[in-house]
Amino acid sequence: MSFFEPYLPAVRLLIFLVGTVAFVGLNAAYLVWVERKGAGRFQRRPGPMEVGPQGLLQPLADGLKLMSKQLIVPPGADATLFRLAPAMVIAPALMCLATIPYSESLLAPRNLNIGLIMVFAFGSINVMAIMLGGWASRNKYAIISAARVVSQNVAYEIPMLLVVITILMVTGTMNLNDIVKQQGPYFWDWNLFRVWENPLMPVTFVIFFICMLAETNRAPFDMAEAESELVAGAFTEYAGMGFGVFFMGEYANILVGCSLATVLFLGGWQSPIGLFPGVWWFFLKLYALVFTVVWIRWTFPRTQFYGLLNLSWKILIPISLVTLLLTAVVMKLPLLF
Amino acid sequence: MKAVREVLSGTKSLLVGMRLTLREFFKPTITVQYPHQTLPMPERFRGHIELRRDPETGKALCTACKLCERACPSDCILVDGVKLEGEKKKSVTDYHLNFTQCSLCGACIEACPSDAIQFTKRYNLASQTNDYRNMDLVQRFKDQPEKK
Amino acid sequence: MIAPKESTAGTPSNETFTLNLGPQHPATHGVLRVKLTMDGEYITRAEPVPGYIHRMHEKMGENRTWAQYLPNTSRVDYLSAMTYTHAYVGAVERALKLEVPLRAEFIRVITSELNRISSHLVGWGAFVMDLGGFTPILYAFDDREKILDLLEAVTGSRLTYCYYRFGGVVADVDTAFLEGCKAFVKHMRPRLDFYRALVTDNIILRKRLEGIGMVSAEMCRRYGACGPVLRGSDVAYDVRKNEPYSIYNQFDFDIPHYPQGDSMARYNVRMDEIEQSLRIIDQAVAKIPEGPIMGKVPRVLKLPVGDFCYATEAARGRLLVRVSSDGKDTPYRVRLRTPCFCNLSLFEEASKGMLLPDAIAFMGSLDLVIPDIDR
Repeated sequence: MSFFEPYLPAVRLLIFLVGTVAFVGLNAAYLVWVERKGAGRFQRRPGPMEVGPQGLLQPLADGLKLMSKQLIVPPGADATLFRLAPAMVIAPALMCLATIPYSESLLAPRNLNIGLIMVFAFGSINVMAIMLGGWASRNKYAIISAARVVSQNVAYEIPMLLVVITILMVTGTMNLNDIVKQQGPYFWDWNLFRVWENPLMPVTFVIFFICMLAETNRAPFDMAEAESELVAGAFTEYAGMGFGVFFMGEYANILVGCSLATVLFLGGWQSPIGLFPGVWWFFLKLYALVFTVVWIRWTFPRTQFYGLLNLSWKILIPISLVTLLLTAVVMKLPLLF
Repeated sequence: MKAVREVLSGTKSLLVGMRLTLREFFKPTITVQYPHQTLPMPERFRGHIELRRDPETGKALCTACKLCERACPSDCILVDGVKLEGEKKKSVTDYHLNFTQCSLCGACIEACPSDAIQFTKRYNLASQTNDYRNMDLVQRFKDQPEKK
Repeated sequence: MIAPKESTAGTPSNETFTLNLGPQHPATHGVLRVKLTMDGEYITRAEPVPGYIHRMHEKMGENRTWAQYLPNTSRVDYLSAMTYTHAYVGAVERALKLEVPLRAEFIRVITSELNRISSHLVGWGAFVMDLGGFTPILYAFDDREKILDLLEAVTGSRLTYCYYRFGGVVADVDTAFLEGCKAFVKHMRPRLDFYRALVTDNIILRKRLEGIGMVSAEMCRRYGACGPVLRGSDVAYDVRKNEPYSIYNQFDFDIPHYPQGDSMARYNVRMDEIEQSLRIIDQAVAKIPEGPIMGKVPRVLKLPVGDFCYATEAARGRLLVRVSSDGKDTPYRVRLRTPCFCNLSLFEEASKGMLLPDAIAFMGSLDLVIPDIDR
């Protein structure tokens, strides 16, 4: 026993990482199914039904189809970047999910005390991947899309980080597990409802959620894909699994965004009623958020590009600055007396 | 102030929209799972044409007068007939329909003086060969069992 | 949130590029090609290139008999086939001075208006889909399905009806159809409120349509634009009111028109027109008389020598059919003046300086049916 003792953390790390990869893969595949089913229900139709019971094997069939197709690199395209871009979409999402505390004990083997920063550092690579993909495709629609993605993400990174700073001021730590631990055991202890720290806390959650949608290029902010304007935007020239990986990357990024929202605002694995805290609460909250993302997509038309930027610069950034200031004031208020 | 009001009313319109779609989410689906379920075709449905049977003699009503051939806007009907011994009118021997060109307008049926052709209710016709380029309606008529 | 005022579009830079919108593009609904000269995302020139689905419907009229041309009329604008057949049938009836029985006229009005609603529903759904909202088109198709079921039971077809004949209609309607129409009107009115709450009032949609794609009445006049495009520019012109045909003067309905001249105005005109069509159906179903459905028609049709015109209000605007006869049993010339062609022709001028997504929203608001442009 003692012989293996020094290797145990490494084994644990390996298992955790493999588990994360499996979790992302499974989710990326099955969130597509969830989306299609959800879209179907919103539109009064059953969605995929043919492959397996309730179409449950549909992602498998789709994956097989995509894998059997040739990955065509258009003539004149930058082949290296063109192939690299899909990998760059999905890899950061994997990295981010490795830092998320799923439950009190089910978390990154090393207690990362800068987890929050790491998530944002890796989360931004997604943008660069789409930009590279669009740039390397040598397609006019793809280049327009690439240009859009950059300005969109730059615009939305700011309010998102401002909101996160607000949270940071309230929690005082960047360790994601510690942030979750602070928010318990009842739902009024969640950051979302800590209105005595900052009366605008629910608003900050809404801003975070909107920014998350914009960062992951989800409808109504799907400027990068915008299929009725840019055909398929940055993904126009991708075929086969190249497109498939982009597609999975989109869902992996949604997963990251929703996990982060759960951790930062909804108390992570904490139970809302003080009973049985654990991983199930985390997943319940996570998938409720994912459902909301799907719900929003199938309800609204796409925003116009300047509308999107105006929303960020004229509404979200001022409001998030106000919440930031307000939190600072509330925190320093006791010093006055 | 106006901007604030606009933001609030805009948010309200978004929430209203989300409430409406959520309500639709929980309603039952309204589609028909096509290959597994099918709907009955209405009485007047216009499928491709077929020859009608005289209920008394069991023979085709068509007298090969070729009016349908002439009425067809797309030239997709070809009729021929012979005069049999002991009968007043000709009877049909060949009735070919090029269904790939037919636009299902019904001009042939309106032109027919003896009411000898009618629409079928077939609608899912698809073929990888030239099956429907030359449909032998006389053969189809013979293959069909006589209705009692 | 307003469109940027100082676009660089007015001052041409050297860095323009050509972008092919279509013929296979999701937003051109079919095979319209628009050659865009772009300056970044701004359009400096948009040149529509029709002709990818040209089927020679006008030429086909010259080598078939008057009656044989009937199926063609449903295939020009396949979304409002009834009104097209109506115009052609009307022109021939005018030439032959045929009397159409009153019941047939009522049936024509009811079916035409049902067809108009179904056409507007598709137009609406496809328009919202151009803007990125996917769900409304399926709700619209749900309602449209009810219309198609009604029309299929009467005409035997769901899209290319070929239902009107010279001097009447080919088959009578039954009470089930009339009851179905009543039920549909009853069903549709709350649905319109639902659409309004879900889509029309939506802030995202309003931001995308209001003030975008301005078309003035003067521009409409220059290009001969008609239908909802014209009425969205504050001209209350509707063939059904201004040059009443069939029995439209017996019904009480309004011509919806909006003064703004933007995409939202055209959108609103269509939504209001659905309501007005429901009103007409309501009245027609209540007043429909008993009687024959076909007038006296000569067995062999030979039109007197001359030119004969008949205009109807199709779902997308004024449709004029002009037939020239040299006394033979085939037309000398059939000319279709279709609304979409004129509505498209103003696209080039009006889209100058627009952003690409705005131009697509604008094109959606014109509600183009490509086969109608090419014929």
